[in-house]
Amino acid sequence: MSDELMDYDAAMELFEPVLGLEVHVELNTKTKMFCGCANEFGAEPNSHTCPVCLGLPGSLPVVNAKAIESAIRIGLSLNCSIAERCRFARKNYFYPDMTKDFQTSQYDEPIAFDGEVTVEVDGREYTVPIERAHMEEDAGKLVHQGATGRIQGADYSLVDYNRAGTPLIEIVTKPVYGTGARAPEVARAYVAFLRDQMRALGVSDVRMEQGSLRCDANVSLMPKGSTRLGTRTETKNVNSLRSIERALRYEICRQAAILAAGGRVIQETRHWHEEGVTSPGRNKEQAEDYRYFPEPDLVPIAPPRAWVEELRATLPEDPRARAARLQAEWGFTDLEMRDIRGAGALEPIAATVTAGASPAAARKWWLTELVRYANDQGIELDEVPMTPAQVAQTQQLVDDGQLTDKLARQVVEGVLAGEGEPAAVVARRGLAVVTDEGALQGAVDRAIAAQPDAAAKVRDGKVQAAGALIGAVMKEMRGQADAATVRELILATLAR
Amino acid sequence: MSLTATDVARLAGLARIELTDAELEKLTGQLDVILDSVAVVQAAAGDDVVPTSHALDLANVFRADEVTPSLASAAVLAAAPAQEDGRFRVPHILEED
Amino acid sequence: MAALHELTATQLAEAFRSGEASSVEATQACLDRIAAVDGAIHAFLHVDADRALATAAAVDRRRAAGEPLGPLAGVPIAVKDAFTYEGAPTTCGSRILEGWIPPYTATVVQRVLDAGMVVLGKTNMDEFAMGSSTENSGFGPTRNPVDPERIPGGSGGGSAAAVAAGEAPLALGSDTGGSIRQPAAVTGTVGAKPTYGGTSRYGLVAMASSLDQPGPCGRTVLDTALLHAVIGGHDERDSTSIDAPVPPVVEAAQSGDVRGLRIGVVRELGGEGYAPGVEQRFHEAVERLRGEGAELHEVSCPHFGLALAAYYLIMPSEASSNLARFDSIRYGLRVGDDGANSVEQVMRLTRGQGFGAEVKRRVILGTYALSSGYYEAYYGSAQKVRTLIGEDFARAFEAVDVLVSPTCPTTAWKLGERVDDPLAMYKADLCTIPVNLAGNCAASFPAGLAPEDGLPVGFQVIAPVLADDRLYRVGAALERVLGNQGGAR
Repeated sequence: MSDELMDYDAAMELFEPVLGLEVHVELNTKTKMFCGCANEFGAEPNSHTCPVCLGLPGSLPVVNAKAIESAIRIGLSLNCSIAERCRFARKNYFYPDMTKDFQTSQYDEPIAFDGEVTVEVDGREYTVPIERAHMEEDAGKLVHQGATGRIQGADYSLVDYNRAGTPLIEIVTKPVYGTGARAPEVARAYVAFLRDQMRALGVSDVRMEQGSLRCDANVSLMPKGSTRLGTRTETKNVNSLRSIERALRYEICRQAAILAAGGRVIQETRHWHEEGVTSPGRNKEQAEDYRYFPEPDLVPIAPPRAWVEELRATLPEDPRARAARLQAEWGFTDLEMRDIRGAGALEPIAATVTAGASPAAARKWWLTELVRYANDQGIELDEVPMTPAQVAQTQQLVDDGQLTDKLARQVVEGVLAGEGEPAAVVARRGLAVVTDEGALQGAVDRAIAAQPDAAAKVRDGKVQAAGALIGAVMKEMRGQADAATVRELILATLAR
Repeated sequence: MSLTATDVARLAGLARIELTDAELEKLTGQLDVILDSVAVVQAAAGDDVVPTSHALDLANVFRADEVTPSLASAAVLAAAPAQEDGRFRVPHILEED
Repeated sequence: MAALHELTATQLAEAFRSGEASSVEATQACLDRIAAVDGAIHAFLHVDADRALATAAAVDRRRAAGEPLGPLAGVPIAVKDAFTYEGAPTTCGSRILEGWIPPYTATVVQRVLDAGMVVLGKTNMDEFAMGSSTENSGFGPTRNPVDPERIPGGSGGGSAAAVAAGEAPLALGSDTGGSIRQPAAVTGTVGAKPTYGGTSRYGLVAMASSLDQPGPCGRTVLDTALLHAVIGGHDERDSTSIDAPVPPVVEAAQSGDVRGLRIGVVRELGGEGYAPGVEQRFHEAVERLRGEGAELHEVSCPHFGLALAAYYLIMPSEASSNLARFDSIRYGLRVGDDGANSVEQVMRLTRGQGFGAEVKRRVILGTYALSSGYYEAYYGSAQKVRTLIGEDFARAFEAVDVLVSPTCPTTAWKLGERVDDPLAMYKADLCTIPVNLAGNCAASFPAGLAPEDGLPVGFQVIAPVLADDRLYRVGAALERVLGNQGGAR
């Protein structure tokens, strides 16, 4: 079954999208939210479990102070107010990945609320209002056994509770209006912003592919000129920045087609598939009734104001202020900065400059070779398997005259292919520039002998004819010579 | 207000408790009586009264972020009704169509 | 010297110190007593004989080696099956947990072990501590040693009966609405519910987290205070544990001085519905306390009449959530796992079969009280009543040092009498519930036998938060004037 889709531009003629984004961030604390088990990805199944995170009868939770600290810093970085007093609540529902069959979460008393952040898309700023950031715990991991490995049609499932009790912060936006046709890009930019911010705060590994940053994207459509909110859908399983943009674009086109045909959008959870479609999730017979109530096993949290201010002082530089500062330091134009930010290259370039490269060289590598590689692979720029330090090392080899630009591109290619550090790639591929004067002179002499006509023209002052000779020399040297040096040598030889 | 067998069946579903018809009937009557008698709290609960969720007024009880030993895997799985490959085995999650 | 199983903990400890008896002998005497009478009483669900004797032998060796030992070292104790004890089955009186052997030990049990005490086994209880008669146990009822046709109270009927029958000089209990005090009252023993947060709940299988509190059971006031001192105090594994020293309960039990103590008789806890013999013994005891130098006052706690209603909303609500984890996935019973049933069906079948009627009743009641659209009217209102009851106590304790009432409106009733009348059963906890809602402390002490049926009457003393010592001061005075020797039946 495939959905009717309206053309995106046509949909934008008729409707105004309204976004809502829920982002879960797994904190990188040493231990879990409520017990001392290691908070670690990838361990043997059920090896990081204890009576508390297994929910054994009689066990009791105790809050991880570091998780509270991270929650407050996250809240502050999103310009939220921090609650004077808040409580945990139990969200009651049965599911085999939850050891207590309730999730310890926050309900009407989040630790942080009423914030906003500004993101930029194509040089325009959009304000995303933040409803709340609250604390909760993650569930265990289910593996479904059966023909497909998916929950549908599984014969049975297996549970590993290592992840159960991992501290999570859920960041929820208020409805985001006024993004127009840019809605998918704004959503993407917002999640990218959160990712960068969490990384700068040092509170999470924010690996979308490992699930340490997860996004549920809500969207509804409002007829142009109306102020009545439409029915929204929530799309889950959106595990990359590109997917957020694609999934929202798809949902907008799907909902627009339904509404334009006079139909009604069903309020439901949908799943994103990397093939480029969303599909309806499980349709529950009745709406869940989570029966929230204050968690009696935990006491309220009342962060002293002095502590909150202490934590505020640890926040990283505001991203917009940082961008402005770097632009001034680097001397880039507004247009250049826009391209850099659009490509998500700001932090990689900053790190490359810190590692010793010039801003111009750093910008060149990240906006050409590396962005092309990222696009080909469908990954983000900061996920390419080459570090800013490696980019800086490669550039250093160029600056030292050991590599030509062309050779340097091969070095980058080698690093990206997993061949090791730049120096190792140079050695392995034998890419060093030939600086042996004797070898170069021999090649120049042979080229002149082979192309007497060209040589004669150069001697007659038609210097552009030297190109053919340079080409022959470079060919013989298999590109591992500096073209400018070769040209000078040819001209000097013919001038004798 | 009075509680019907349909209400009780829905609640039993939420609480994941299978009830026989006889149990459902008996419980409906008993719960109705109990609810009737506990409803007196509503009259006493004025808007000016602050609810109490915790017996004592404690706050900010935290634990340092330090790793403590987990249970041995054998102890974790010892009581599992079913297990496989170091994991708890559970019946299929979705209802069959 | 009397038979070892008849001695109080204090007497046993003295016998160990003087060399008149060893812990192994005392432990064996208790095991023998259990073998002799528990077929009729059914106080125990599990007797841990081998480990008990080994522990006793180890304590005897340490004593022989001259190691310093605590005052209760070597004294046998029974543990309510609501507490985890690594290596011993823990069922909480429920078929759904049958055969579960926890991989960890509750804090209060660990403290008992650290004090050199000898755990004899696990005692019977109403399933998940839900009941006032121990008839709701999934493993059959416990009988009252005073009269085997009668209930021993509940939920901790097993612990109270074990103590009353001389199967153990001391026992651990837990009190959510009266589960230590009411069984103490109807078996003629002593039981205390410490201040909420005064004893750790870590390892106590939860019924209602904001109300549950572990506490001591014994035959004498001093024994009970000694155990209170062993198990009390801060535990970092329980977030609701109070970081303060245990009040001086042992000193208070040794003193029993009530001169000048202001005692408030709660006007609302008496009158209609109270057995005449209960009221008579209660008032006599109050007069005896006046004779010992206490000042008497009448105090009104106007919202106590709402306590039972608030309790029967808050407790089932929390219980409905606490008992969700019994879902057949990680431990305990699993029913209907035939490959065709989904996990939801298996959970339903397991819980339908594994839970008894009272548990189902309370879980469904709690599910209702918390459900969307009813939360404010039920759970929310009950929490407000909780505030009002706390305010009643606060006002009362401005005027008096302790409050007193009967522990239970009646003496022990006959088995089966209230099984089909939940409301009548719930009323057994009328006097004990307000304390759990407010979080302060209370204890029940023997006040003699009701003239009309010759059954024990309990005298409840209530004190403010962290003034647990006052309970024992009054209890010791009563014990002195009423001549309770702490003998086993």
